[in-house]
Amino acid sequence: MNKFWKSALAASALVLLSTTASLAAKTDLVLGVVLEPPHLDPTAGAATAIGEVVYANVFEGLTRINAKGEVLPALAESWTVSDDGKIYTFKLHKDVKFHDGTAFDAQDVKFSLDRARDEKSVNPQKPLFAAIDTVEVVDPLTVKVTLKQPNGDFLYNMGWAAAVIVAPESADTNKEKPVGTGPFKFDTWAKGSQIVISRNPAYWGAPVALDKATFRIIPDPAAATAALLAGDVQAFPVFPSYEAVPQFQADPRFKVVIGTTEGETVLGMNNQKPPFDNLKVRQAIGHAIDRKTLIDGAMFGLGTPIGSFFPPHHPAYIDLTAESAYDPALSKKLLAEAGHPDGFKTTLKLPPPVYARRGGEIIAAELREIGIEAEIIPVEWAQWLEQVFKGRDYDMTIVSHTEPNDLNIFARDNYYFNYTSPAFREVIKQIEATSDTAKRTELYQQAQKILAADAPVAFLFQLPKTGIWDAKVEGLWENGPIPANDLTAVKWAE
Amino acid sequence: MLNYVSKRILIGILTLLAASIVVFIVLDVVPGDPARLMLGMNATEEAVRALQQQMGLDQPLLVRYASWIGGLLVGDFGKSYTYSVPVLNLITERIAVSLPLALISLFLSTVIAIPVGLFSASRRGTMADSGTMAIAQVGVAIPNFWFALLLVYVFAVSLRLVPAGGFPGWNAGVWAGFKSLILPSIALGLPQAAILARVTRSALLDVLGEDYIRTARAKGLTRRKVLYRHALRNALIPVLTILGLQFAFLLAGTIIIENVFYLPGLGRLVFQAITQRDLIVVQGVVMLLVAAVIVVNLLVDLSYALVDPRLRGRS
Repeated sequence: MNKFWKSALAASALVLLSTTASLAAKTDLVLGVVLEPPHLDPTAGAATAIGEVVYANVFEGLTRINAKGEVLPALAESWTVSDDGKIYTFKLHKDVKFHDGTAFDAQDVKFSLDRARDEKSVNPQKPLFAAIDTVEVVDPLTVKVTLKQPNGDFLYNMGWAAAVIVAPESADTNKEKPVGTGPFKFDTWAKGSQIVISRNPAYWGAPVALDKATFRIIPDPAAATAALLAGDVQAFPVFPSYEAVPQFQADPRFKVVIGTTEGETVLGMNNQKPPFDNLKVRQAIGHAIDRKTLIDGAMFGLGTPIGSFFPPHHPAYIDLTAESAYDPALSKKLLAEAGHPDGFKTTLKLPPPVYARRGGEIIAAELREIGIEAEIIPVEWAQWLEQVFKGRDYDMTIVSHTEPNDLNIFARDNYYFNYTSPAFREVIKQIEATSDTAKRTELYQQAQKILAADAPVAFLFQLPKTGIWDAKVEGLWENGPIPANDLTAVKWAE
Repeated sequence: MLNYVSKRILIGILTLLAASIVVFIVLDVVPGDPARLMLGMNATEEAVRALQQQMGLDQPLLVRYASWIGGLLVGDFGKSYTYSVPVLNLITERIAVSLPLALISLFLSTVIAIPVGLFSASRRGTMADSGTMAIAQVGVAIPNFWFALLLVYVFAVSLRLVPAGGFPGWNAGVWAGFKSLILPSIALGLPQAAILARVTRSALLDVLGEDYIRTARAKGLTRRKVLYRHALRNALIPVLTILGLQFAFLLAGTIIIENVFYLPGLGRLVFQAITQRDLIVVQGVVMLLVAAVIVVNLLVDLSYALVDPRLRGRS
């Protein structure tokens, strides 16, 4: 070995040593996110991108939802429920301060809940608070919430991002400068570029391991791949490019974690518009779709087939995919029985996400096999909300319903499916009034069966959560029970 | 000359006014309600109406137009529906990225294209000429997003010389900011250089065929002197025209490159604002771009007078 190579080797060993040394001490993390939040107030906007930055990090509610989707105490350290299930008395943590130094107490809870219920409220999840009758301050650390009727989901609902506790002093400026009680406080937001949060030294609970977290906004899938490979971002909790996943799975520098979400992806149909008002037509469409082909083609094999509207990871889930199993011959027979032996012409409105656009092409091709000509109409989200969701002016559409615990959308008046089953509505009513777990499970299964039999929509698959991060990062959520990037347990491995 | 300039300014103002009416009406017709988009699929009608009121969307079209134009006249671009910060702040933040990016790309494009054009034109018909022009042809044909990704994989992913994307802000230091604009400027500038080189070459060839060039040669000037003193100067008018168009494109038409490098530029602002129906931001950016195009065209016209003395005394 000549002199040059010796010194080169020594130099590179030094570089290697110094980088490992700096990695061990690492306390900051750069996360990639696809969408930029419109603002940072979860009580005033529905965008999942808001919760993905602030939930559990900056803002906290009375309760919180953990990585498994369970309800845990948060700002309320404990609670009692009256025997009739109508009065919840919350005991609050003491010595809690907002990031601006103002103290947190029962008045803030009353303020937040009343603000969300107010007639001028712009809370995107107002139905969560519909059960509340009154909110009373008993003493600075005790709040009594009285419900109009018992509600088995109440504690879960209080754990949503839209139900976080805000202070009257900062409520109006939270969009730009969020002030919460969480373990991280908001630092800076360079619009279009990144949002930075840093450790809150005055946090009331267990301190977090990270000093600083940066959410970098990277909308382009190819750019997301490059940013991870170049080390510019160290974690992409919801990675946008399904086709690039195998590349990362083969790379030992990265951990690829495919988890579940609350996103039931369905082919929505307008149940009041002929021919979709005919059960046999809807069933025929269900049997015409091969979910495996769909998941392989649109999702690169990621995603779990569903046969009803319920997440497969939930304990009360039952597999009903057999009820609408792929069977084109049966589809043709059902269509003929419904009076459409030669099929018919219809339209399929597709919003921007890749599951809808790619999935729509595959489904249209499969429907053509049984004689249904579905013309594809791509729409933007704003158009989708206006025409399909609000106007109910559509034949078919594809959307993933990502809200947790949203089985009740099929029981709503004027919801875009136009599905009006009294039997289903009755079951939902019972679920809402029940808090016993065994009884709820039974009701949930009953509801799943009704939907599978009525086929108001064609059930496709549960949206996956494709997380990719540096192999040394620990503590990020595997699943997405709610849209959040909870960083409270995140740290770099030694 | 002064008369000419004031006439152009008047036309510019009328163009701006017409643009404001067109953009306002077009955006009003586009389906989609910003309030509903903000509150999503679980919102109650009551909440949507409350937000519409907050945003001022419940007002009639004419009232909204009047208050917007009235604001513009005193430099108030209004407040973004989604970000709820002044539109002007959003725009100035983005210009701090888009303008330097456009200027660096334009600089790169010019310093590459004009020498290449001169080189090719002076060796017309040789192997060197057809070789350079073939390369330029490839440069015109290559999609710039593909070229950008190639640059990212070579210089950011493999060599790790520059970041793969993002913009740290000028607060992080001039060098850090400049560094993040290097790859995007190359990705934007090289294809523009290819176009400009071809334009320069053909403009030069046109001029080189003129009688006065032969006269200059006959007078005893060297080929080189003729090329620089007579041909290049006369060929600059089409080159300047293309440069002006390129600048207008580089200022806002760079959304694809901004996406590949996730830069917070004007193109992405306007794209995001359209999808979120943040119409007041769209209106503001469009007005600004119309104004920029008008000013650039005026400057290009004035620069004709600089390179061509005949145009100076025209009016």
